[in-house]
Amino acid sequence: MDKNQTRMNTSKYLEASRPILAVLAAFLLGGVLIIAIGKNPVEIYGKMFSMTLGTGYGVGQVLFRATPLVLTGLAVALPFKAGLFNIGGEGQAAIGTIVCAAIGAALSPSLSPMLAIPIGLIAAMLGGASWASIIALLKTRFGVSEVITSIMLNFTAYALVGYLITYQFGIEGTMRTVEISHGAFMPRLDALTGLFPRSPVNLSLFLALALATAVYAVVYKTKYGYELRAVGLNLEAARYAGINTNFHVMTSLIAAGALAGLVGANYVMGYKHYYEAGGVNGVGFLGIAVAMLVNSHPLWILASALLFGLLDYGGLTINADVSKEIFLVVQAAVILFVIASQKAFKQME
Amino acid sequence: MSPTAIEFKGITKRFGDFYANRSVSFSVERGSIHAVVGENGAGKSTLMKILYGLYRPDAGDLVINGEKRRIASPAHAIELGIGMVHQHFMLVEPLTVVENIMLGDEPVKNRVLIDRQKTVVRLFELSEKFGLSISPYETVGSLSVGLQQRVEILKLLYRDATILILDEPTAVLTPIETEQLFKTLKSLAKVGNTILIITHKLDEVLRLADRVSVMRQGELIDTLPAASATKETLARLMVGRDVLLHVEKNDARPNDEILSIKNITYTDAKGVKRLDGLSLSVRAGEIYGIAGVEGNGQSELLKLLWGMPEEGATVSGSVAFSETPILGKTPREIAALGVSHVPEDRLKYAVINSFSISDNIIFGRHYERDFLSAVGFNLKKLWAFCAEMLSLFDVRSAKGVSPNERIGNLSGGNQQKVVTARELTRPNLKLLILAQPTRGVDIGAIEFIHRKVIDARDKNIAVLLISAELGEIISLADRIGCIYKGAIRKEFSQTEVAKRRETPNEFEKQLGQFIT
Repeated sequence: MDKNQTRMNTSKYLEASRPILAVLAAFLLGGVLIIAIGKNPVEIYGKMFSMTLGTGYGVGQVLFRATPLVLTGLAVALPFKAGLFNIGGEGQAAIGTIVCAAIGAALSPSLSPMLAIPIGLIAAMLGGASWASIIALLKTRFGVSEVITSIMLNFTAYALVGYLITYQFGIEGTMRTVEISHGAFMPRLDALTGLFPRSPVNLSLFLALALATAVYAVVYKTKYGYELRAVGLNLEAARYAGINTNFHVMTSLIAAGALAGLVGANYVMGYKHYYEAGGVNGVGFLGIAVAMLVNSHPLWILASALLFGLLDYGGLTINADVSKEIFLVVQAAVILFVIASQKAFKQME
Repeated sequence: MSPTAIEFKGITKRFGDFYANRSVSFSVERGSIHAVVGENGAGKSTLMKILYGLYRPDAGDLVINGEKRRIASPAHAIELGIGMVHQHFMLVEPLTVVENIMLGDEPVKNRVLIDRQKTVVRLFELSEKFGLSISPYETVGSLSVGLQQRVEILKLLYRDATILILDEPTAVLTPIETEQLFKTLKSLAKVGNTILIITHKLDEVLRLADRVSVMRQGELIDTLPAASATKETLARLMVGRDVLLHVEKNDARPNDEILSIKNITYTDAKGVKRLDGLSLSVRAGEIYGIAGVEGNGQSELLKLLWGMPEEGATVSGSVAFSETPILGKTPREIAALGVSHVPEDRLKYAVINSFSISDNIIFGRHYERDFLSAVGFNLKKLWAFCAEMLSLFDVRSAKGVSPNERIGNLSGGNQQKVVTARELTRPNLKLLILAQPTRGVDIGAIEFIHRKVIDARDKNIAVLLISAELGEIISLADRIGCIYKGAIRKEFSQTEVAKRRETPNEFEKQLGQFIT
């Protein structure tokens, strides 16, 4: 009995430390690569950590980069609980951002932030949600797989946004939109508190935190979430239980679109104040990794997004010494190691 | 050669603290049919998996044909002449019979080319020798379940197996197919093959087996000649107490008509007529049993009654619940009228395996006001309800049951009790639709569930019972309809059923004639 007890404790301990071990292993692999190109990994990693976690500015950058990843991570996680794989975060974020930038620019410059900020946020959410509703409609009406439609709509969104920036909302001769109304600027934490000086981290961070908590509560504490999980775990049984499964497919995808669309709030309202072509590219895809890494648990997504934010900005800080590609390998290795370790531990049990 | 084909000597298998087998010892004579019976979780399957090389025992020895063996893998088992027919067949449906038989052991000519002909010749030899006729070039998917099973048996014979293990072989067969299987097994045994059969159908054990080993909670209780056993003695050994194989019940006193099905036709998306002019009615306070072999329209009838016809199906006729037409209504609307439904496939339709017991016990009733609070669930009420149901329906688990436990950890019988508890206690219940309510459920729990169903009837609830087990229909139903090719072919009235129930075996045969 005692022996079993210890074994259980050990396995619990291992369980908890598993992602950490996987991350360490990935860093070790990255270290080997750094040695291979003739640099000292201790020095490089040391520089990276001191420049990210060692300064207020660095921490601010990490948080700023984690913010959109929380949102796109949630945009994957919520439909995932209903058994859907939303790969369309990329397109939903792009559309949300362009709508946010366009509406933000159309607002009167004198409009109070109390109105302008909510309007900007709603615009971003509506943009993303409307894009996702196409996927939702095709899924519920015609049974088209959301995986296919969401991928294809990403490309459509790229093209549409490119067109809009070039011909509609852009400044001629550039690849960016005009600046949004001052009232819709999302305050930076720097300006509010003096923390994280000069870094672009802004109030969107708290919005993302609140939304992660909200998604968690909805999924695990409400009747809607109970039904949603039932739909994801056993669609047929859910239908037998009298659950309107299409409603959950529809709503979770549209909510996911709104979440991804809010990426625009962080980027346009909190950082650039305009949309520059390609500005939010990649966050949607990274969001898939963020969610998958933690089994789509809404609260753990916060940790996962932080890790990716750290890797993202960390790569930039050592750009002069080590090429960006090396660090992309480390990033990919983290994902692979964590997922492989999950499988390996499952087999050991 | 030794007269003993297999000897289990003190076989013990542990999973953590749980003993799946605890020093099990018995021997199986060559050329005999030996049945292993026991409730779910008694350790039968574990023991067979050890014999087939899927598990290694923690202690004890296996003696095969007089030699002590450690069986390392199924491949090793086959080498030793041991083959197994699993409950779910291991066949590749789009391939032909020959291709399935040689799969994994393909004869080759000119080093690379598959020699199909060689297999066909061998197959004909085997077919003739054992009287197992089969057309070699037919695709397995197009064969009946009985013939698919025959392919499985031939597969083993093709590999020179002389010890055949069959796991619940009759679960999916029609009565006629069962007869044929028994004939086959007897003739296989006659020429010196040894048959080990795992089952929970006691009638079959008595008819087929030479000897019976009874297991309970991982231990071997007794091994006895089938000739000296009765259903009652076997049931008592299996459960550890006296079991009522037929529940006592008084005569039904039916009232108003609750469910009225008139001339229903159901054509599925492929254009196959699944229901063909089916009519029946169920009154309050009676149990109407539908007897029939699976695939004669029962599933479609159930889907229709629960508002879930398949996409593309066309339906005509009328279904009324107390004069309210229910065709076209959703499951939720139908439930709201006072209907509840225990679906035929519990795991697929009635529970969410990774949800807790308490989440499952309200599944499909989770929108009832009582269980809800302002934003989420009223956990206090929910838990109280769950605790009440668990004790009322005697739900048990190895570790002592808790509402938090995953329902997937419960045995099949206990899962079914949870589903039954949920469906039988719906507020304002008027019609209970039960499909295969005791499939995969232990004898002890069957008695319990039957009792609850009769109690529901006595509370003036109308019950529609669909079961492939004729014994179950006979012991529960007040009126019986025999379904065949989508219509009720013969109906037995309440007085007829009451009279014929006195000779159940005869009645079973009579019913058998109307369903095949």
